[in-house]
Amino acid sequence: MSRYAIGIDLGTTHSALSWVDLQTEGTAPEILPVAQQSGPGAVQDFALLPSFLYLPHASEFAAGDLALPWHAAPDRITGEWARSHGALTPIRLVSSAKSWLGHAGVDRRAGILPADAPVEVERISPLAASTHYLQHLRDAWNHRHPEAPFDQQAITVTIPASFDPAARELTAEAAQAAGYRDITLLEEPQAALYSWIAGSAGDWRKQVQVGDVILVIDVGGGTSDFSLMAVTEDAGNLQLNRVAVGEHILLGGDNMDLALAHGVARGLAAEGKQLDPWQMRALTYACRLAKEQLLGDADLQSVPLVVPSRGSKLIGGSIRTELKRELLTALLLDGFFPAVESSARPVSRPRAGLTQIGLPYAQDAAVTRHLAALLGRQLGATAQLAGFTPRDGASFLHPTAVLFNGGVFKSELLVERVLSTLNAWLAADGAPAARLLQGADMDHAVARGAAYYGQVRQSQGIRIRGGTAQAYYVGIESSMPAVPGLEPPVQALCVAPFGMEEGSEAPLPPQQLGLVVGESVRFRFFGSSVRREDRPGTLLDFWSPEELQELAQIEATLPAEGRAAGEVVPVQLRARVTDIGTLELLAEAAGGVHWKVEFDVRDA
Amino acid sequence: MTEPQSLPFFSRLSIAVGSFFALLGDGRLAARVQTLRNGAPLASEVPPPAPVQTPPPPAPAPVRATANVDAALQLLALLQRESRFVDFLQEDIAAYSDADVGGAARLLHGGARKVLEDTFDLEAIRGEAEGSRLTLPAGFDAAAVRVTGNVVGQPPFTGTLQHKGWRATAVRLPALTEGHDARVIAPAEVEL
Repeated sequence: MSRYAIGIDLGTTHSALSWVDLQTEGTAPEILPVAQQSGPGAVQDFALLPSFLYLPHASEFAAGDLALPWHAAPDRITGEWARSHGALTPIRLVSSAKSWLGHAGVDRRAGILPADAPVEVERISPLAASTHYLQHLRDAWNHRHPEAPFDQQAITVTIPASFDPAARELTAEAAQAAGYRDITLLEEPQAALYSWIAGSAGDWRKQVQVGDVILVIDVGGGTSDFSLMAVTEDAGNLQLNRVAVGEHILLGGDNMDLALAHGVARGLAAEGKQLDPWQMRALTYACRLAKEQLLGDADLQSVPLVVPSRGSKLIGGSIRTELKRELLTALLLDGFFPAVESSARPVSRPRAGLTQIGLPYAQDAAVTRHLAALLGRQLGATAQLAGFTPRDGASFLHPTAVLFNGGVFKSELLVERVLSTLNAWLAADGAPAARLLQGADMDHAVARGAAYYGQVRQSQGIRIRGGTAQAYYVGIESSMPAVPGLEPPVQALCVAPFGMEEGSEAPLPPQQLGLVVGESVRFRFFGSSVRREDRPGTLLDFWSPEELQELAQIEATLPAEGRAAGEVVPVQLRARVTDIGTLELLAEAAGGVHWKVEFDVRDA
Repeated sequence: MTEPQSLPFFSRLSIAVGSFFALLGDGRLAARVQTLRNGAPLASEVPPPAPVQTPPPPAPAPVRATANVDAALQLLALLQRESRFVDFLQEDIAAYSDADVGGAARLLHGGARKVLEDTFDLEAIRGEAEGSRLTLPAGFDAAAVRVTGNVVGQPPFTGTLQHKGWRATAVRLPALTEGHDARVIAPAEVEL
């Protein structure tokens, strides 16, 4: 049995490792100081590992300047120094690898990062970059705990709740490539709630009751993630059920800092002061600090900003300006957290004709509008649970408690804005106000919660039940006579129902699909976060875009072993959720022979 | 120097049989056994050389030459990186207005403070409020408390706390890699 449970928060902008001793009852998870390069020839411990990777030029640094305690001459820089130095040479900086890993529009196993690197720079894949961060955390652990090798511990790696099956599988693959043995995946908002439970030291049972719907709002550096958990009762014990998760939204704290810096830079440009990229970076940094000051003190009206000159003359060339509260309110509160109606929905602009292949950033920056959309869509999420009677005339699902997570919400002003917006929606629906769950640790909650989850899995403790947050469907062409000029209509065949638990298998849908021996066949693939009743075999003829979202295509390849090429073999699709927490689809032929259906399909 | 103890018969038999095959298979071992049989002493039997009368270690000099130079350079590099400390002090500020100097001082303050917080844990030596009266007992730590003014007579001394003092309770400088040239406080920057 493992000595420690280790929780890893593999974040878009920051990663962290937390651990808890399994042999001592009731200990709280601790944070591992992660050794990383902090400058040339310097190695420092930080509680967070910035998820940045710098690929240096061969003659860029002196020999030995990149050394780590466990590696005399690494050829890459990871963490703090990668981030600070990479800002000066972005063509060699890999960032947001996690967002790329979750981006179905690109080949995530191909060397595509840094996205704007010149030909000469050897690019790496989003999968390899994620593997690298996981390896760094493993090495940092092994260096500090030589008595307890990492691969003998129980590891939990967190993922956004909104990750699709392919992104989950890729994360598990990255962990395995990094030498992780015994791993489990855990959704980040669930980890945040676990951390809150661990932090309350048993008191949480008094803070929630049966019938509560807890909304977890997690706004990280690069992504926003929502989850809804319902509190039920089973044989006198409180149960937590994750009933719904939000969509994948690429929008986070870094966007906010950048928006502020550009707002200030516009003001400077109006005065005729142009900033070069180096100064812009310095301004972004200064804006982040000023933002924290303004958000922390509601009486402060402005904070001076100084952008130093780059040369050794500090005072001579520096630009002085200030960040005013009006600008902060206009850009941050009204831009990212506007007080909208509950009927508001994210605005999507049509994309310009020619777009570079890049990350699919959220087109609407308003976190509150995304939240309104989720609650409206999930109106019926608790309908099947005992103890939940939907209020008549409710226009959205009513949360009764809110847990905030992510560095953004260290600001009480932002917490206050989101909570008051939500409570205005609830009041308009005649529902009581939602309360704030206190005592969250914004920076490390996910890692801590993941370590705590590892502890819970080994012993008795509250576990959040949930399973898959979507039902999955494959598209099949309906057999009808061809009509010229009309595409044959597509039906959606349910293969995996909503809420499949880890280590479970769905019953086989009765429908058979024909696979051609020796050829790969692609299927359209759909997910639904609202159709909770569909069983494997349910066939949908029509659906609204709200109900089913199309995911990336999936592919089944039938090997030619023992069969004649070109022969058509009837198969059924069996879904199962592995112990790790990834979804698997198997094409099963008569006699039980089966092949894996790939979620992550490379473009031919 | 230890005399090997004599072994019982069966141990000797077992070593003899084992050595027979070992000697056949290992030429070097055979040569060493031959030397031993010719009467050369074992290494453990060789008496150690007579102790040479070493001069007693010199008494530590009352004044240490310098502190650790690398640590000083490292701290300077950190202050320069985070707060442009060296740039600020090396610049002639006479020509600039107080507002300009104040702007730069804010930058310096923010960065240097971060270095200070990251590198040192500081605590006040005396917990009393500055300006309050206090009494120093006999045998007070003269390194941590400096008495000034009317220093006469014998402790206990009573006086007014002018400065509460600072003590570093922990120092966390970054680890330095082997071969890193710490004399580079800030590298020259060339944009390509």
